[in-house]
Amino acid sequence: MEITLITGRTVAQGEAMEKGKIGEGFTKACAIIELDPEDMSKLGAYDGDEVRVKTESGEVVVVAKKSSSAPHPGVAFIPMGPWANVIIGADTESTGMPPYKGIKAEVTLAKGERILSAEELVAQIYTKNKE
Amino acid sequence: MKLILKNGHVYDPLNGINGEKMDICIENGKIVEDVSEAKVIDCSGKVVMPGGVEIHTHMAGGKVNVGRLMRPEDHLKNVMPKTKITRAVNGYSTPSTFLTGYLYAKLGYTTAFTAAMPPLMARHTHEELHDIPMLDKGALTLMGNNWFIMRFLKRGDVELAAAYVAWLLKAVKGYAIKVVNPGGGEAWGWGRDVRSLDDPVPHFDITPREIISGLAKVNEMLALPHSIHLHANNLGRVGNYVTTLETMEVPNGTKPSRDRQVVQLTHAQFHSYGGDSWKNFASEAESIAKAVNSNENVIIDIGQVVFGDTTTMTADGPMEYYLSSLTGLKWSNKNIELETSPGVTPFVYSKRSPVSAVQWAVGLELALHIKDAFKVLLTTDHPNGAPFFKYPTIIAWLMSRKYREETMKEVHSAAQKNTTLATIDREYDFYEIAIITRAGQAKSLGLQQTKGHLGVGADADVAVYDINPEEIDPSRDYKLIEEKFTRTSYTIKGGEIVVKDGEIVKVVQGKTLYIDARVDESLEREVMRDIDYYFKRFYSVNLANYPVQEVYLTNPTPVQIDATNVR
Amino acid sequence: MQRYTDVICSFCGTLCDDIEVVVEDNKIVDVKHACRIGTAKFLASNDYEHRLLKPMVRKNGKLVEVSLDEAIEEATRILKDATKPLLYGWSSTSCEAHSVGIELVEELGGVIDNTTSVCHGPSALAIHDAGYISCTLGEVKNRADLIIYWGANPMHGHPRHLSRYSIFPRGYFRERGQQDRELIVIDVRKTDTAKIANKFIKVNYGEDYELISALRKVVNGGELREESVAGVPKEEIIALAEKMKNAQFGVLFFGMGLTQSYGRHRNIDNAICLVRDLNAHTKFVIMAMRGHYNVAGFNEVLSWQAGFPFAVDMGRGYAWYNPGETTANDVLQRGECDAALIIASDPVSHFPRKSIEHLAKIPIVAIDIHPTPTTRLADVIIPSAIVGVEVEGTAYRMDGVPLRLRKVKEPPEGVLSDVEILRRILAKIRGEVQEAKVEVAR
Repeated sequence: MEITLITGRTVAQGEAMEKGKIGEGFTKACAIIELDPEDMSKLGAYDGDEVRVKTESGEVVVVAKKSSSAPHPGVAFIPMGPWANVIIGADTESTGMPPYKGIKAEVTLAKGERILSAEELVAQIYTKNKE
Repeated sequence: MKLILKNGHVYDPLNGINGEKMDICIENGKIVEDVSEAKVIDCSGKVVMPGGVEIHTHMAGGKVNVGRLMRPEDHLKNVMPKTKITRAVNGYSTPSTFLTGYLYAKLGYTTAFTAAMPPLMARHTHEELHDIPMLDKGALTLMGNNWFIMRFLKRGDVELAAAYVAWLLKAVKGYAIKVVNPGGGEAWGWGRDVRSLDDPVPHFDITPREIISGLAKVNEMLALPHSIHLHANNLGRVGNYVTTLETMEVPNGTKPSRDRQVVQLTHAQFHSYGGDSWKNFASEAESIAKAVNSNENVIIDIGQVVFGDTTTMTADGPMEYYLSSLTGLKWSNKNIELETSPGVTPFVYSKRSPVSAVQWAVGLELALHIKDAFKVLLTTDHPNGAPFFKYPTIIAWLMSRKYREETMKEVHSAAQKNTTLATIDREYDFYEIAIITRAGQAKSLGLQQTKGHLGVGADADVAVYDINPEEIDPSRDYKLIEEKFTRTSYTIKGGEIVVKDGEIVKVVQGKTLYIDARVDESLEREVMRDIDYYFKRFYSVNLANYPVQEVYLTNPTPVQIDATNVR
Repeated sequence: MQRYTDVICSFCGTLCDDIEVVVEDNKIVDVKHACRIGTAKFLASNDYEHRLLKPMVRKNGKLVEVSLDEAIEEATRILKDATKPLLYGWSSTSCEAHSVGIELVEELGGVIDNTTSVCHGPSALAIHDAGYISCTLGEVKNRADLIIYWGANPMHGHPRHLSRYSIFPRGYFRERGQQDRELIVIDVRKTDTAKIANKFIKVNYGEDYELISALRKVVNGGELREESVAGVPKEEIIALAEKMKNAQFGVLFFGMGLTQSYGRHRNIDNAICLVRDLNAHTKFVIMAMRGHYNVAGFNEVLSWQAGFPFAVDMGRGYAWYNPGETTANDVLQRGECDAALIIASDPVSHFPRKSIEHLAKIPIVAIDIHPTPTTRLADVIIPSAIVGVEVEGTAYRMDGVPLRLRKVKEPPEGVLSDVEILRRILAKIRGEVQEAKVEVAR
């Protein structure tokens, strides 16, 4: 299913961040995508199901959540953080500001797939001769 | 450091010295009678003056920085790469703080007061002052639209107003009472303004007249070193000279507590306009000058315009909006709760504009029609009239009728037709220049013990210019005057050589002066109850977080005042 | 046991200064008045398990604990050896630290940038063209009768904003608080802030610019020919414009919904122009909802020292400013920087992948409070003390009001402030024997 993706702050994400970004709380707060309930039905996803979000820049598996800010069919929200940033674009179009909002994405079911922690995500994506 | 400046032509008006060849001895940062084993600086054939004293410049604080933020183009000018002792700097009408210090020092200035500090943002002003080297500093503190002041004065509680002022100056480390468009700043909280001295301020119901008169009384009750410093209503408006003449009369009933004026009417050039529309915009500088000449309670500073691109920034919010609506240029504004309303907008003074031409003439007319140089101090209201480093040009205009004539040929004929400038022969001499750039300022600020003179006991702040008064005829050699006042042969700050042959050789930090006035204890308790209540209910910060801690000030220098007789 | 009042929270641009903190045995045991996020920050200072406590240097691919001197030595070497180091972050530390950082980047000839470039950088770009028509938050509290949040969700980003400044407080001229004010939220989805608004206007994603233009047209006396703009019906647009014109004191707060969406700085430029148009009719102001507690402070310090608010390249020996060229993401994506100092920020969590791919290839010096994805990639880690909890320092609220943050407890043993760490690096780079010789800010 095609959606327009926006990313941003949530109070849970902020709180988890202050408690330390390496941890379960952080993953729970940020590795999610808030979908419009109608979009979720179309997709066949239920609250808590894993889904794959794919864009031009990459893909990531996160947990689908029913949006409490509906209706906004065709628009979905991922909290700012490492999961979101794997898939957003990079081009600042000479402004310095990467496209954190308004990215075209495709969401598909990924039931049962593991949600990577922030550490694992970083290690997997950014290979380096570092630990 | 021990120095002896030998054989220079000294101009020291506060001590009556007019070009006499004499030696100046320096030890431990002070001018002394004699000094032995000192480094000798040969000043033969050079002009020696006390370090310049800037009394009104917008050089530090919130609106200055808004000016920088909104004018990145201004920072493509005056770019100076970092050196071993100076920082990477830039900026023309909104220079970096470090550059401000360097440029003033090169001009031979050693003391400067930032013109309009809003108390709630005072910490910002002090952070920027901290980053201005080379100068002793202070801040004129905005009070003319302050809710506490308006309420106390409306009730007739002058003593409480005085107690509040004492508390405020100490809390925010300010030096003097600054009044800007009294009443208009508060009216601007609703997008309105005041148009006359008797226009009541919305809701507070006090008039500009009452605010000015009240604060003048408070100032003299506390016996503060400086008088109230007043930016009158109706700045920049056609025909505003009428308001200005009326304004000058307002504090007449109040006697000065010190040997100085009761009110300094600032950047008077912007307040000396006649005509009744932009089409017949004309100068009324002569009327204003006449009034200043006959009123011993008033002095002015000029606010001279120099042609070019600059940035206007004042605490006169409605005026800045009005100006930007005339030009269509970008406009910034910041209403500050319970206190004031600054605004910022760029402006170009063009030689081809009849209005700019008249404005240019007005400032010079004021200086030339006012007889006593102690009553007409040199400012450009930096950067409003022009950046401060244009002072040498203005000095040259004042010293040379020919230069004025040459310039007049290049500007719109309105300067000739609508002002008296072309008729004036008078030319300033070095003595008078020394008065309007240092002696007069020191006296007005109540600093004449240590600043603005070269007598024993003064701070060792000295400027040496490569001008030989026996050889140069300023009237004819105006270009040379302009050039030579731009960079000193030496600038000495607190006994240290900081500029040599126009280049920075040492970077020093100056002192920050502020008023620490004590009032009667029970009066203080009473005003604190009121302050406490208002902070709890209406400010957006807690009282405990409002005062500026001394740690922000370089070499904090409180001026102690005993005002316990105020009860 | 010590009770501290008037404590200032160091999380977001709301910079609440009414926090009360109780400290016992150098641990914060109670926090009053702070929101969930602020409370979490204060309490997390106790959690040494999840904090950086010891300096580390990567040796043979592994991070090992070292002495502070060794860490400073290695950090200095990395930065000095680089041709064009990037000094990024800054928004969660004090202005005093910023000042040393600017001196440092001047010395190094590198690029300095803060989180503004991914937050309100577009607002700065708009201000360069249009100016900034604003006020302090107390003016909002005392005078505002119309509050609009556009592309901002304070219930999540600035939780106490509405209760301290905009909707709920009783102001001098708004004695009945919420009842004397109207709240309008404009957003692409019905956020939690929208749910408590008097009116929610849903705008199509990426069409804020058109909606602003339509409002301007109506405000300036023009007629709308379209039946709807940006998904908003014509009648609603006209009604909103009328409401804005007839407010006594209107405030437009805006956030990432405008700066990060299609149009970026042009959205803000247009919004500022809308507010300017409104000033012909009534009193209206605009305010950027600044995110981190001292992102604004960095813009202030860099502006007064170097003339530009962010993204400054000192490689030529003077400040060179060109967002899109000198901004952190662009410098990284072009592969132009060959070392990085990341302080008080976590770009690995917040930058797009392409930027991180380059960052991961170059040596990184990280100065931070707790481990983050960025510190995991670093070659040198230096733990720092928390400003506003363990170190005093100056920060600027979103409306430009500067406050001095307090110290309520001691940092962990051996952990220095950002200011001190930076001073030591600067001294070493200058080859000075004693750190104390550094020309100190404060």
